[in-house]
Amino acid sequence: MTGNYTAQELMVAVASREIRDGDLVFVGMRLPILAYAVARNSHAPAARGLFEVGLMRDQPASGFLGTMGDPPNVTGALWATRMSDAMALMAQGEVDVGFIGGAEVDRFGNLNTSYVGDPHRPNVKLPGSGGGADIAILSRRWVTLMSHEKRRLVDRVSFITSPGYGDGSPGWRKRNGLLGGGPVAVITTLGVLRFPEGGGEACLETVHPGHSVDEVRESTGWDLKVSAHVSETSAPTDAELAAIRRLDPEGFWTVTKA
Amino acid sequence: MSMAQAIERFVPDGATVALGTALEPLIPFAAGHEIIRRSRRDLELVGPISDALFDQLIGAGCVRRVTAAWVGNVSEGLGHCYRRAAEEGVPRSIEVHDHSNFSISLALWAAAWNVPSLPTRTLLGSDILRTNPNLAAGDGVVHVAAVKPDVAIVHVQRADEHGRAHAWGPLGITEEAGLAAGRVIVSCEELVDPSVTLSDPNRILFPETKVVAVVHEPGGAHPSPVQGHFKRDHAFYRDYAARSRSRDEFEAWLREWVLEVEDRASYLKRIDLDVIRITQHRPSIPVDFGDR
Repeated sequence: MTGNYTAQELMVAVASREIRDGDLVFVGMRLPILAYAVARNSHAPAARGLFEVGLMRDQPASGFLGTMGDPPNVTGALWATRMSDAMALMAQGEVDVGFIGGAEVDRFGNLNTSYVGDPHRPNVKLPGSGGGADIAILSRRWVTLMSHEKRRLVDRVSFITSPGYGDGSPGWRKRNGLLGGGPVAVITTLGVLRFPEGGGEACLETVHPGHSVDEVRESTGWDLKVSAHVSETSAPTDAELAAIRRLDPEGFWTVTKA
Repeated sequence: MSMAQAIERFVPDGATVALGTALEPLIPFAAGHEIIRRSRRDLELVGPISDALFDQLIGAGCVRRVTAAWVGNVSEGLGHCYRRAAEEGVPRSIEVHDHSNFSISLALWAAAWNVPSLPTRTLLGSDILRTNPNLAAGDGVVHVAAVKPDVAIVHVQRADEHGRAHAWGPLGITEEAGLAAGRVIVSCEELVDPSVTLSDPNRILFPETKVVAVVHEPGGAHPSPVQGHFKRDHAFYRDYAARSRSRDEFEAWLREWVLEVEDRASYLKRIDLDVIRITQHRPSIPVDFGDR
């Protein structure tokens, strides 16, 4: 807890600012569900959310959601359908921004949510792609959220579940036939990393209140570039916090579990 | 037909079984638990994301291969039994055919349409192509090989005895799984007269010719949600996550909630259903199928 909000609440507020008014948002599990709701209630009243379970909606659900398939997310939906319909829109390039949770990210924005170590005998078997790879490849731009730890922000992931900018060489995505534009930001518990226009290597853009550039660099598994204009992340506004707490009144998602 | 009879007859050892196809809602937990009680072995599980049920079947030793996009506990995170099986071979080693949500849907549509594969732009650049032999890049697309389940098991809000199933809310990959499968087992909250299902044929999920068993199993999806009937039991998922963390505790959990439970009716006696029962109903406005 920094000030009067948690790290997760700050991440949700920052994530919500990645949504532009009018966007079609491919909403992932957990914190992105809250980020969509915050954006829709503030600066992006014309945004729509698309959920891979097979839902489209405008107004955020009125009740707490443990998953995107919870009954309150269906009430008032613009469309209840099959997953392949949601994927069809994304395959057509209709999804403006997607959110993906990551276990590991590397300096070129590639995500690993599959295997730590040899896939045939892994040290850690992670749950897998879900819709993550689809979002990473097909959405116009995407954002990932994760806890900022040296073991999670690694120089190169050993397994690319959801591709960012591959080996970081210019034009990697285009050369490999990837439809969407790639990752634009990594929002962590310590700061926000951004990628240059057209792709490449992550660069520290803002540091969350109460943390320092040195701390962020020490918690990163590569020699992290720092923007010449690095600044402090804007704290969540009262309106953002109120929206978050209305949707997560017990801090299920936004209070760190011991 | 009872769940025990349906599983006994239609889910043999070694079968390829699709279940949990609507993602978080409508997960046929009662069917999964019966599979565990019947000690089925060497199954291949097929699904999109799996919210805890695959983890339980893997932990119970029923599974030889997982063909899915994600296996864990959606609100809690990692699947501990899945980890033990993949990392340590406990209680047995498993093979994993990784997919994304989009690609597992396409694999089932390919089987439904009886073609060897379907092309897609997803998975280009992903290492999933390296570990799943049924995915291959070529000519600027990825070819997703057909996955044909022997049996798909679904839980729905209502069905009639002839196998006409009505489900509502998001459907995930349920339609393609049923159409691709050799046969379908339906479990339902309500067993209704055919006049109810046939009043809205657009809502019937599968051709009745695919459905080999209809099991009236109220509460058969607990702890997953059923639109119009039950909310998701978040506390139950949280308890499962905590108790499946170690092998010993998982075995105790399995005895308590599956192995030493006779059937779904006995299981439900241990749950306070009033906490998760949906009480504010929102019926849709009926459509008019008038023809003359």
